[in-house]
Amino acid sequence: MLSKRVVACLDVRDGHLAKSVKFVNTKNIGDPIEKAREYYLDGLDELVFYDITASSDKRNIMLDVVESVASQVFIPLSVGGGIRSVADATDLRLAGAEKINVNSAAVARPDLINECSEAVGDQNIVLSMDVRRVEASAQQPSGFEIVINGGRTPTGRDALAWALEGEQRGAGELVVNSIDADGTRNGYDIALTAMIAEAVRIPVIASGGAGLPEHLHEVLTQGKADAALVASMVHYGDYRVSGLKQYLHDRGLKIRMSW
Amino acid sequence: MTLILDYDAGNLGSVKRACTEVGLKAEFSADPAALAQAERIIFPGVGAAGSAMRSLAERGLDVALKQAIAKGTPVLGICLGMQVSLEYSEENDTQTLGLLAGRVQRFQLNHPDLKIPHMGWNEVRVRQPHPVLAGIEAGDEFYFVHGYYPKPASPEHVLAVTDYEADFACALGKDNYVGTQFHPEKSGRVGLRLFENFAKWDGVWQPEGVTHAE
Repeated sequence: MLSKRVVACLDVRDGHLAKSVKFVNTKNIGDPIEKAREYYLDGLDELVFYDITASSDKRNIMLDVVESVASQVFIPLSVGGGIRSVADATDLRLAGAEKINVNSAAVARPDLINECSEAVGDQNIVLSMDVRRVEASAQQPSGFEIVINGGRTPTGRDALAWALEGEQRGAGELVVNSIDADGTRNGYDIALTAMIAEAVRIPVIASGGAGLPEHLHEVLTQGKADAALVASMVHYGDYRVSGLKQYLHDRGLKIRMSW
Repeated sequence: MTLILDYDAGNLGSVKRACTEVGLKAEFSADPAALAQAERIIFPGVGAAGSAMRSLAERGLDVALKQAIAKGTPVLGICLGMQVSLEYSEENDTQTLGLLAGRVQRFQLNHPDLKIPHMGWNEVRVRQPHPVLAGIEAGDEFYFVHGYYPKPASPEHVLAVTDYEADFACALGKDNYVGTQFHPEKSGRVGLRLFENFAKWDGVWQPEGVTHAE
């Protein structure tokens, strides 16, 4: 049986590690390469780098970061942020990224998912979606809407419909990030995660809101997620990756415990 | 010199980085002549069986690889590089190299919660000791990404198994050939250990219960 995964997300801006609260007030909290290595040695199952660099002339810094990390960290490495073309995806793959996350650009041009999964294999394409709660309506029957540009721009797209479309277009995995929960440390959006995980046949990584070990347990059981993404709770040293895994393991979840 | 077979089979950088990490000097090559000279060969691969076999055949690498194996060069196949060592793959209905008897099949799962591809960390249980798998302990997990799995004809070629609804062979061995379904280059320290083992392996292995003729 597959183990449930603990995934750490490092937001990187201009080559530095950043962590945002509700996607604003971004602050710099250290060296991404050092953190990646630390988590890897502490039993992390997968690492996600999210490039939140605003200016395109600094984008290549990310390729250097990915390359350095890939030569020191021997677990799956996933990279997202600003991927607009097959060329972007291919460059990152060559730098050492296992999986490529597409997000806003795929909302603007959904064929990007097909093109990337064709080019690098569907198991390597992750559709990352930022989602907010809305009043259920004819346009958003699930009561959840896709937002883009770091959560600032609503799109009118229904989140459940988008997840299904992404799967059908060839995404091999979904990251479901709750904008409402992001950075709050009050727990994942369980209803959102379960709704999507039950509807698709590809793995779902729950994201946004992790603050306590219980939150991970909740989203991996009730939330039906295959993996739980953590950020602040490990970046600031409140919890260790190994401690979170031990907690989940002690509560009967299948977790990789030797590394 | 260890040669990493480069036949347009996706991103092979991670295999090379893992070799570097354990001090194994490795170079990419798609040259049949280089294969004949190589001390050891790593045969990686992601992608589909059909295009992989075409790509090997176009470069004459299928023949060169068989010759290298016949003369005793230690070979490590990874993922698709392992799958094409059997005789046939259901993926693209492909005739493959036939280094070992058996076929590669698509997962047919009954449990609705189990997903294809089988992607993530799963336990590898060693069935027969092998120098390349030395040090793998009960509970050790490796990283998998695949929708098809190998079904060797003979149990003596099965080195290790993994459970995904049912047990499947996740490591195969025959003489100087060893292959894994999982990705040791993405499997943390236990994965790196496998490259270390391969770097030291002389290519000699016999299945359990088989003794050398005196």
